[in-house]
Amino acid sequence: MNEARPVPAIELAGVRKSFGPMEIIRGVDLVVAPGERHAVIGPNGAGKSTLFHLISGHYRPDGGTIELRGEDIAGMPPQLINRRGLSRSFQVTNIFPRLSVWENVRCATLWAMGHKYAFWKGVERLDEVRRRTEEILTEIDLMDRADVPAGVLTYGEQRALEIGLTIAGSADVILLDEPTAGMSHAEVERVVALIRKVSENRTLLMIEHDMHVVFDLADRISVLVYGQVIASDTPERIKANAAVQQAYLGTEAA
Amino acid sequence: MLEIILVSTLNGVLYGMLLFLMASGLTVIFSMMGVLNLAHASFYMLGAFFGFEISRRLGFWPALIIAPVLVGLIGMAVERYGLRRVHKHGHVAELLFTFGLTFVITEMVEMFWGKLPVDYRVPPSLDFAAFTVFSVNYPAFRLFVLLISVAIFIALLLTIKRTRIGLIVQAALTHPGMVGMLGHNVDRIFMLVFGVGVGLAAIAGVIAGPILITQSNMAALLGPILFVVVVVGGLGSLGGALVASLLIGLVQTFAVAFNVSLADLFGTSQLSAVLEVWLADIWRVTIAQIAPIMPYILLVLVLIFRPRGLMGTRDT
Amino acid sequence: MNQSATISSAAPASTRAGLLVRYGIWIALALTLLLLPYVFSSRLALSTMSLMGTMIVFALSYNMLLGQTGLLSFGHAVFFGLGGFATVHMLNLVGGNSYPIPLPLFPVVGALGGLFFGVLFGAVATKRAGTAFAMITLGIGELVASSALILRRFFGGEEGITTDRTDMLRVFGYSFGPQIQVYYLIAAWCFLSIVLMYAITRTPFGRICNAVRDNPQRVSFIGYDPSTVRFIAFSLSGLFAGVAGGLSAINFEIVNAAQMGAVESGSVVLMTYIGGVGNFAGPIIGAILVTWLQLILSDATTVWPLYVGLLFIGVVMFAPGGIAGLLSMQQPLLAARTLHRVLPYYFLMFVPGAVAVAGLAMLIETSHQFSIRAAYGPRMTLYSIPFDVTTLTPWAIGAVVFAVGLWLFLRAARLARNAYDAALPQRGNR
Repeated sequence: MNEARPVPAIELAGVRKSFGPMEIIRGVDLVVAPGERHAVIGPNGAGKSTLFHLISGHYRPDGGTIELRGEDIAGMPPQLINRRGLSRSFQVTNIFPRLSVWENVRCATLWAMGHKYAFWKGVERLDEVRRRTEEILTEIDLMDRADVPAGVLTYGEQRALEIGLTIAGSADVILLDEPTAGMSHAEVERVVALIRKVSENRTLLMIEHDMHVVFDLADRISVLVYGQVIASDTPERIKANAAVQQAYLGTEAA
Repeated sequence: MLEIILVSTLNGVLYGMLLFLMASGLTVIFSMMGVLNLAHASFYMLGAFFGFEISRRLGFWPALIIAPVLVGLIGMAVERYGLRRVHKHGHVAELLFTFGLTFVITEMVEMFWGKLPVDYRVPPSLDFAAFTVFSVNYPAFRLFVLLISVAIFIALLLTIKRTRIGLIVQAALTHPGMVGMLGHNVDRIFMLVFGVGVGLAAIAGVIAGPILITQSNMAALLGPILFVVVVVGGLGSLGGALVASLLIGLVQTFAVAFNVSLADLFGTSQLSAVLEVWLADIWRVTIAQIAPIMPYILLVLVLIFRPRGLMGTRDT
Repeated sequence: MNQSATISSAAPASTRAGLLVRYGIWIALALTLLLLPYVFSSRLALSTMSLMGTMIVFALSYNMLLGQTGLLSFGHAVFFGLGGFATVHMLNLVGGNSYPIPLPLFPVVGALGGLFFGVLFGAVATKRAGTAFAMITLGIGELVASSALILRRFFGGEEGITTDRTDMLRVFGYSFGPQIQVYYLIAAWCFLSIVLMYAITRTPFGRICNAVRDNPQRVSFIGYDPSTVRFIAFSLSGLFAGVAGGLSAINFEIVNAAQMGAVESGSVVLMTYIGGVGNFAGPIIGAILVTWLQLILSDATTVWPLYVGLLFIGVVMFAPGGIAGLLSMQQPLLAARTLHRVLPYYFLMFVPGAVAVAGLAMLIETSHQFSIRAAYGPRMTLYSIPFDVTTLTPWAIGAVVFAVGLWLFLRAARLARNAYDAALPQRGNR
């Protein structure tokens, strides 16, 4: 490995995944440097969400390597990957609907705070957990909804909670799958500010369709088309890249 | 020895096909609606009792047609006015609803026919020996049951492969959850599938009733084995259900036929005297005695080595 | 800093006043358990309450699975029964050798037995969730129940294993011969188990159980292994079911294989769900109600399980929160002081509801008499009215009473729902 380059936060090499006869991910290479805000863009059906499922352990890759800070995590179950410091959000809101907002966030802090499966200590007495939960709730601006069951939150609030669950643990590599999907303009702005804030001391990899958000936030952009990364570069160079123009931007962001 | 093997194989396949008659309906209902109908064996029992009652009044052949249709109609009513209502409360509620149904059906049967076995006999027209092998007479009725179950199996296969409903069922088997996108007639399809599914179970009841004992505990005896079949085969897999049905049918029949225990195998020796003290009950248990628990042992083994079942692809 | 401190004290549900209320409930529970024998002092009442105490522990242990972790088990009686057998064998061992161990400690044996088998079977069952889990527990239940009939030495065949609870070391001169002493033993263990099981719901593990119930897949993305959560929940639930089994063994001085069977497993599903799975107190209500129903119904009619089954289906269809769910629905009204506006409607529902039940019972009992009890003749007596079941009249009356009652009940229910909605305070700031 090159000595001048620090160990990447995430490094994928030759990752493949098929569903039946369909090869969805066809040898993806991707490097995300520590502290970077990295966006994955690409047309619908390019395999972006599948890629996230592979990195986060939801699916097991058929081939290739996936490294988290130099450690191979390919094929590990999600919880082990999460404990190694990688956390993700979902495109379709994926929360605990019958638990209160407070409870949702608190559950997401527990493992990172070292409480594991403890059935002998009162959860209300864990001051550190309480402080952390407050901190997260304040950050995602849901403190005044803490006692409401998460299932009755508005769509925008649920999206914010989704991000809250993702950052509540101690993970320093964060994967966000379309965090602004289906939001109004004003909501998008708030979420962008939130993402900017939460990604300050973390590595961020996000899938995003809104090009304003992508070019606003990302340090680097990778373009995924038909299961392959066709370009991975700074936003300026991606804009100028002819192949990307043709494959993707030409049709959508012209 | 050879005669035992032959007759046991026939009986095993027969029992297996009867299981599959029920398991197929159960599997299709599960794939399409996401509900494992715990009351499936209860509908089988209803089939047997309706069959008994109708053949007592009108004869066996009308019973073979009328009883399954009646049970199918009851099933459709249950789906329409019960299950569909519960659907919005989630899967656990649906399972519990069918579970409650097992109680109610069993109690209804006891209310009308009592707890003792009823005298459901093989129809006279089929009460003769079909053939004789090694001086063993094989009853014609059993052969008839075997033929009927195979015929229904083939009819089912053709329906699934050749008809529009069959296409939808196939789609449901491979892509559960997609059924909801088929449009608004999905409610009627559900009702129909539920009715046909429990109707098949009722046919099994009508034809198995004279061979097995028609009694109010027959659902409770058979139900758990039926669920072992669908879990061992792999939830939602028709092929798996067939393999598991035959497997369990054969295993149980052969176990009953072979009456040996560990004590028999070891004979009388110093070692066996020692083992007899330590293993006590297990030592003298014959294979025939453990036949009833064989399906469950199979279940545990399959779960340890193939958690998704023999041919299952799905996690839950 | 100051501001965040005020937020923090207000945020969690348990404020200082809330704590007082919480301990108040426990004191009230303890006092109730202590004083009950003074209110209901007959021998029948004492043994009924002993049974209820046992069933409360059993139903609560079941709700650790169903209500807390979202696991539907159809084989829970296995742990009840095996806990009972462990206790009985230990009682006989200790009694036979006169070891100095007092009786009140023996439910610990049941707990260990339940825990042991919970770990053993849990390792297999909790690999899967949902429907497959339900089927596996059903299979395990059948496996154990049928094995029990084979392993006669340990399980005692159909007769079961008996013991003598009075044969133990006596402390403070209690022999535990009289039912009242057994009642207090069971009450004490019941109280302890309720406290412990409640406490477990308020631990990190308890909360993650709820998360697994809501969304097991998401749990694995916050660091937890959902199957480990299920496994621990299953084992702990086995432990408390074992306590209940131990209490039952002490109470009846006999354990048999039937106590591990499908009927017993089904019965705990019924009582837990009828009581309400979404509320910690639900299974307590369910255990008390169903035990009491079984007692009075089995006296009145031979088809009593039909009534319990119909009640269960009714709850599944119309009140999925169970009785506790219906009660807790009234809480916001109570808080808003609007409950009195709805109560008349509830009464309005109750009257035709009772009429419908009476009509249904008439239909059921008449057909039962007609088809099965025909040997006893066509005459029967219901509600102290003698009649002949071979005539059409009783059927017609039953059907009409049932139909009219049901129709009025449904109308009243609609009115009550509207009244409830109107009385519900508007959702505003919390």
